[in-house]
Amino acid sequence: MCEQAVAAIIENHRGQPEALIHVLTAIQHELRWLPREVLARVAEALGVPLSQALQIASFYKVFSLTPKGRHEVHVCTGMTCHLCGGDRLLAKVEEATGLKPGETDAAGRFTLERGSCLGSCSIGPELIVDGRHHGRMTPEQVEVVLAQYP
Amino acid sequence: MPKFNTAAELEQYCAHLLAARDPARPCIAVCAGAACDGLDSAAVAQAFTDEIARQNLAGRLDLRVTGCHGFCEKGPNVIAGPQDICYFEVTPGDVPEIIRATLAGEVYEAKIYRDPETREKIAPMSEIPYYKHQVRLLIGDNPRLDPLKIDDYLAVGGYAALVKALTTMTPDDVLAEVKRADLRGRGGGGFPAGAKWETTKNAPEKTKYVIANGHEGESAAFMDRAMLTGNPHKVIEGLIIGAYAIGAHQGFIYTRHDAPRLVEHVKAALAQAEAYGFLGENILGSGFDFKVELHFDVGIFVSGESSALMRSIEGNAPEPRPKYIRTSVSGIWDKPSNLNNVETWANVPQIIARGAEWFAGIGSEKSKGTKLVSLSGHIVNSGIVEVPMGTTLRTLIFAIGGGVRDGKALKAVHFGGAMGGSLPVEYIDARLDFDEMSALGAPIGAGGLLVMNEDTDMVDIARYLMDFLVRESCGKCVPCREGMFQMLKILTGIAEGRGRKFDLERLAELAEVTSLGSLCALGKTSAAPVKSMLQYFRDEYTARIDAGSQTP
Repeated sequence: MCEQAVAAIIENHRGQPEALIHVLTAIQHELRWLPREVLARVAEALGVPLSQALQIASFYKVFSLTPKGRHEVHVCTGMTCHLCGGDRLLAKVEEATGLKPGETDAAGRFTLERGSCLGSCSIGPELIVDGRHHGRMTPEQVEVVLAQYP
Repeated sequence: MPKFNTAAELEQYCAHLLAARDPARPCIAVCAGAACDGLDSAAVAQAFTDEIARQNLAGRLDLRVTGCHGFCEKGPNVIAGPQDICYFEVTPGDVPEIIRATLAGEVYEAKIYRDPETREKIAPMSEIPYYKHQVRLLIGDNPRLDPLKIDDYLAVGGYAALVKALTTMTPDDVLAEVKRADLRGRGGGGFPAGAKWETTKNAPEKTKYVIANGHEGESAAFMDRAMLTGNPHKVIEGLIIGAYAIGAHQGFIYTRHDAPRLVEHVKAALAQAEAYGFLGENILGSGFDFKVELHFDVGIFVSGESSALMRSIEGNAPEPRPKYIRTSVSGIWDKPSNLNNVETWANVPQIIARGAEWFAGIGSEKSKGTKLVSLSGHIVNSGIVEVPMGTTLRTLIFAIGGGVRDGKALKAVHFGGAMGGSLPVEYIDARLDFDEMSALGAPIGAGGLLVMNEDTDMVDIARYLMDFLVRESCGKCVPCREGMFQMLKILTGIAEGRGRKFDLERLAELAEVTSLGSLCALGKTSAAPVKSMLQYFRDEYTARIDAGSQTP
């Protein structure tokens, strides 16, 4: 399924070097990371040097060059969340998952990320798991929330 | 879906649309803005849908899931029309009672606003302190429309300004109107929009572009998302009018990839606008062609900077370039490209519809119109507010925001996110005005206002902001990449009790060099928080260094 989707994304943009970011974003959404072999195919199909595809893939924070866990855990580290205790929340999530931001656990369950302001400042500090916002979080609630994501 | 070939066809359609709508029919608007969504407003909306079906109320009670209402602190928000009764912190369990009261023309008292001091209960929106000091020209339509329905926007007078511009005004007239309105850019610079448009319009290249910047990377700023998610057509209408004035036939909307509802609404709005004939060829029979492409930032702060954003639209890494030649003359693919912030574009339709004099009659001497401000931090009522330019910080923070949370005292007000500045409490009567706030060292930026209480550690704030910027720098130019890194080192030292005697002088020097030598706004203004700290909170820094303490 994934393979077909990726092939379709690439074919839709064959010969369109300006679509590089679009294509990589779509593939990132599909596979949740960008294997080097896929990057090479994208570069070849769109007609851009592999070095450029790698530059884009490594520059933007959305793209991952390593596989991600089943659940993406974001702790908002925006200004309001910081002011309201975001760093204590991050420390607790790090402790609970054993991860530092950017890391994925060996079982492939969680990937931890720090997100700068995610725009729900009124309900900060925030923990966002797979796009679902958990607002007004305290360190004590972290384990309960994470347990919902096996 | 109808496609309108002339303005007359559209006007006829709108007349039918309004005739078919009964303004007196009760209507429930459930907020699905970012904060309410995080507080599970979806469950509330579902409960309304179920209850309306169960009681077979279709035709007697309308339900609308809308964009942000503004009072994010007390979400999930529900507004019951036609009397605009506001319900706060609504749970699915409240739904049957709200429906019963709304149909009976009554108020369900358990979930209405209660004044924290007088304990007085207030039901109508126009009398609640949070709303009554506001002038909601831009965000006010949010509760009145479903962002996924273009007809809702037409029903509140949407696209009338586009008709007026295309049928009764020349591009030069439109430009002149915007210039006379003295509309200034809402994204941070406060640069006159009309002058910017004129530069692109007069640039020699034939192909020109217009861009709506909805990147909103500024920390603690969330009003652009609320605007674009809650009323995407207003921004699109402004963009089309601007393109007409400038002579651009291609536009871009650049926004965040990480807000699914935002993406969905903008995509749907663009598709509907095209289906109705507001985008495409020969718009409303005027002979003007215009189309819009949607692009996403993929997670780096600097891509909100205009030249970096344009590199990103081209499919390149978002590295800024020196602006000896402005992007309004040479931007995307080296063509003249006029970029304005989402809120700036949203102001355009009303300027055309109601005239420059009307617009210029609102606000302060040099900053016209209203400004969207997001209130957050240690404040009682966090949310999105819209006030006339020139409103004092006191009104914003106390009359609207309800003051500082937990009975603490106010220490500082921070504007403009990571590239803004902090003002001490003595400046509480300063006015929200581009020039006045800049002169004080706390430029409005995009409008994120952060309130800090008496316990806030100002050394930590500067360190935190610099840490954020160091991570977000693209690394292309040395002053930004290295200057910020060194400032961070010093700030971290002070915060951890390792401050040295000459640190503050060294910080001031680095701030100066980084501001002067960096390529783009990220580097140039990266030292703004540090400068405001040295100006207003120097004593706190000196005391911390002298004490060698890890805490304030």
